[in-house]
Amino acid sequence: MRSWISPLRLRTAGILGMNKRNVGYIGRYNDRSAYPLVDDKLKTKLLAEEFDIKTPRLRQVVRQQHEIGHFGEMAAELDGFAIKPSKGSGGKGITVVQRREGDDQYVKASGAYLSLETLKRHLSNILAGLYSLGGTPDVAIVEDLVRPTALLSKFSFQGVPDIRIVVFQGYPIMAMLRLSTRASDGKANLHQGAVGVGLDIGSGQALNAVQFNRQILLHPDTGLPMSQIRIDDWETMLAMASRCYEATGLGYIGVDLVLDETEGPLLLELNARPGLAIQMANGKGLLPRLQNIESLKRPHFTPEQRAAYAMTTFGA
Amino acid sequence: MKQRSRYPFYLAIFLFIAGGIALATARHVKLGIPWLAGQQQAVWMVEARIDFEAVGEEVLVSLNVPDNPPGFRVLSQQAASPGYGFSLIEDSGDLRAEWSVREASGPQTLYFNVQLTPNEADNSNNAPTPKPQPEAVFWEEPEATAVAEVLERAAAKSASPESMTRELIKLMQTSDPDQNISLLLNSESYVPLLRRMLNHAGIPARVADGLKLEDARRLQPLRPFLQIHNGERWLTFHPESGQQGLPDDVLLWRQDALSLLDVIGGEDSQISFSMLQQTVPALQLATREGGQNGLGLLSLYELPIEEQGMFRMLLLLPLGALMVAFMRIIIGVRTSGTFMPVLIAVAFVQTSLVPGLIAFLSVVAVGLLMRGYLSSLNLLLVSRISALIILVIAITAGFSIIGYQMGFSTGMTVTFFPMVILAWTIERMSILWEEDGAREVMIQGSGSLFVAILAYLLMDAPLARHLTFNFPELHLVTFGLILLMGQYTGYKLTELRRFRTVKDFS
Repeated sequence: MRSWISPLRLRTAGILGMNKRNVGYIGRYNDRSAYPLVDDKLKTKLLAEEFDIKTPRLRQVVRQQHEIGHFGEMAAELDGFAIKPSKGSGGKGITVVQRREGDDQYVKASGAYLSLETLKRHLSNILAGLYSLGGTPDVAIVEDLVRPTALLSKFSFQGVPDIRIVVFQGYPIMAMLRLSTRASDGKANLHQGAVGVGLDIGSGQALNAVQFNRQILLHPDTGLPMSQIRIDDWETMLAMASRCYEATGLGYIGVDLVLDETEGPLLLELNARPGLAIQMANGKGLLPRLQNIESLKRPHFTPEQRAAYAMTTFGA
Repeated sequence: MKQRSRYPFYLAIFLFIAGGIALATARHVKLGIPWLAGQQQAVWMVEARIDFEAVGEEVLVSLNVPDNPPGFRVLSQQAASPGYGFSLIEDSGDLRAEWSVREASGPQTLYFNVQLTPNEADNSNNAPTPKPQPEAVFWEEPEATAVAEVLERAAAKSASPESMTRELIKLMQTSDPDQNISLLLNSESYVPLLRRMLNHAGIPARVADGLKLEDARRLQPLRPFLQIHNGERWLTFHPESGQQGLPDDVLLWRQDALSLLDVIGGEDSQISFSMLQQTVPALQLATREGGQNGLGLLSLYELPIEEQGMFRMLLLLPLGALMVAFMRIIIGVRTSGTFMPVLIAVAFVQTSLVPGLIAFLSVVAVGLLMRGYLSSLNLLLVSRISALIILVIAITAGFSIIGYQMGFSTGMTVTFFPMVILAWTIERMSILWEEDGAREVMIQGSGSLFVAILAYLLMDAPLARHLTFNFPELHLVTFGLILLMGQYTGYKLTELRRFRTVKDFS
């Protein structure tokens, strides 16, 4: 394997580059004024509610420094929860607590213990804007822990496997499943070593899997073959992702979904600048699909119609 | 989501780039601001010395001085003449220096200095001038017949005023002159004779005085040159060789005026010339006279010195920004903080590279260690950053003092780094370390340093410093290039590596 590829071959493969994505898609189809809707998780949640898109249940919003003092009382009612900076990006500043031991010992997914003090410090960091874009003051949201379906969680090493669907003009055009690994420290970020599994838009069946941009067949930690993966309820998920277009008005977004054991598909967050690694996970370029949608003369009006169109057009 | 036409945008970029280059070229040509730093240019200092014997009455001395001589540009003119009133007078295209005094007696000496620089690009003397009437010339016999005969011979071999002049000079210069020519040469001095003969033939002609410029010569005389008007412009001929055109090292002191020197109230007047060549940085020359020209308005040399120093630095920033844009858009290097590299590069410019690099790395390293302790203190972000700023200042001061005690003045250079930027860099790096691991810190840190060093090398190049400050309009070009890069939708260089496995796709 040589370590470089010629730009011509990349183009023939239809790979979308960073510059083209920024100028040709994000810049052209995403209206700046709608960015706060997706950059602020709290706003996204409220918006999703209006459009009947389910999200993990919101437990508390910490807005002021003095509210942190009461955090312990509130957390006492919860078993597992996730603390997120509302304006965080790239999964930064998200702390997931699986369960509680004793009065002020919290256990992370990795089995590490956190004291109540640590959590409070984390909250105050979030409020000060440590994780927000540009360091602006932020609010922290506390939501129910997502418990992924056993079918998916057995593939993942800790963490919650999530499904990233790129939605262009309301059409779900490409999808991948992100599985955390030991290397990624239980996080589902591909550049930290999580596994990306490309999913067939037509069926939710795994196509191809990569870790650190290299093709793999088995999960490095769980040792399970990736090709066995097939997402249930696939059409509902596509339609849900599709609906986010109506909700935000953004033409080019990444929709992050999880499959909860009891609640079914839930919207985790939206991303107005979805990454390009999804192409590597799928082993396919985004460009031909983007161009297919761009050349549609009569777009479909309902999310279900668009999902159906995408399934027949882009399915394997 | 309609896309607007891109043509006006590209047209604007083209106008920016073309405008910047055109303006810079215009200023280069008109003001002589050199493209390269450190270019030297010759400057001639010519001194005319006038000696005469005053007779005890009021004295008026009038000297013709060079006004727009071909091939040269006059930089300054001044007179040294104790006791005399002096003024430069322009009289129908004839520039004269005039000295006057109420009463003087005995030997008098007046000096007139002119500074000139060779100016090849000067085309002002090539502009067509209306053809003057040839002077009416009267000859007495037997010269009249001789002139008619010689002119007829020259005319037989020539077709234009130029060739006529050349033929005439050739005839007059033959080693074996015939009767007619000998007669003429004996009756009158040579160059005025040529002038009269050419005027007689209907070709306007005049005698100009030239001065051969040679370094460190004294008591040089003026040498006559013949000038004829060919209907469009004045042409200069060497009266002996008949060679057309003025040698590069000859300054035409007098062209248009009738007399070189008039002295009223004195006798025995003499004029002699001495000269000296100096080399002056071309830039100094250009800035000295820049203010007189409309294009000089753009010159930053008009500003007070203090502001100039600031602008020298500020005007380098666009180059750094250009470098960052290039490295991030075309190459795809990842940096921590978009323009942090530029600010580091600016600090490098002031500290020079190696001491700056050492200082930067040590401050950041020590800062990271201290930040580790701070993070265990559980502080709010704002006060943590504030504490970090104070720590950075303390580290800087520590380095300076230690460096100074050990005899390195380089320790002091740390102070050039923007403290707040350093503090934020440390904070960002530290968070990056905690969240993404040391590898990411290394990638982004070395990426930032790499871009900073490249930006520094670009900004520190003498040519870049020279061009940005002396041709601020070139920033239009930088601006255009940056806008153009904002349109680049191709792959980044690093993406060719990132997506290399695409080859294995079916």
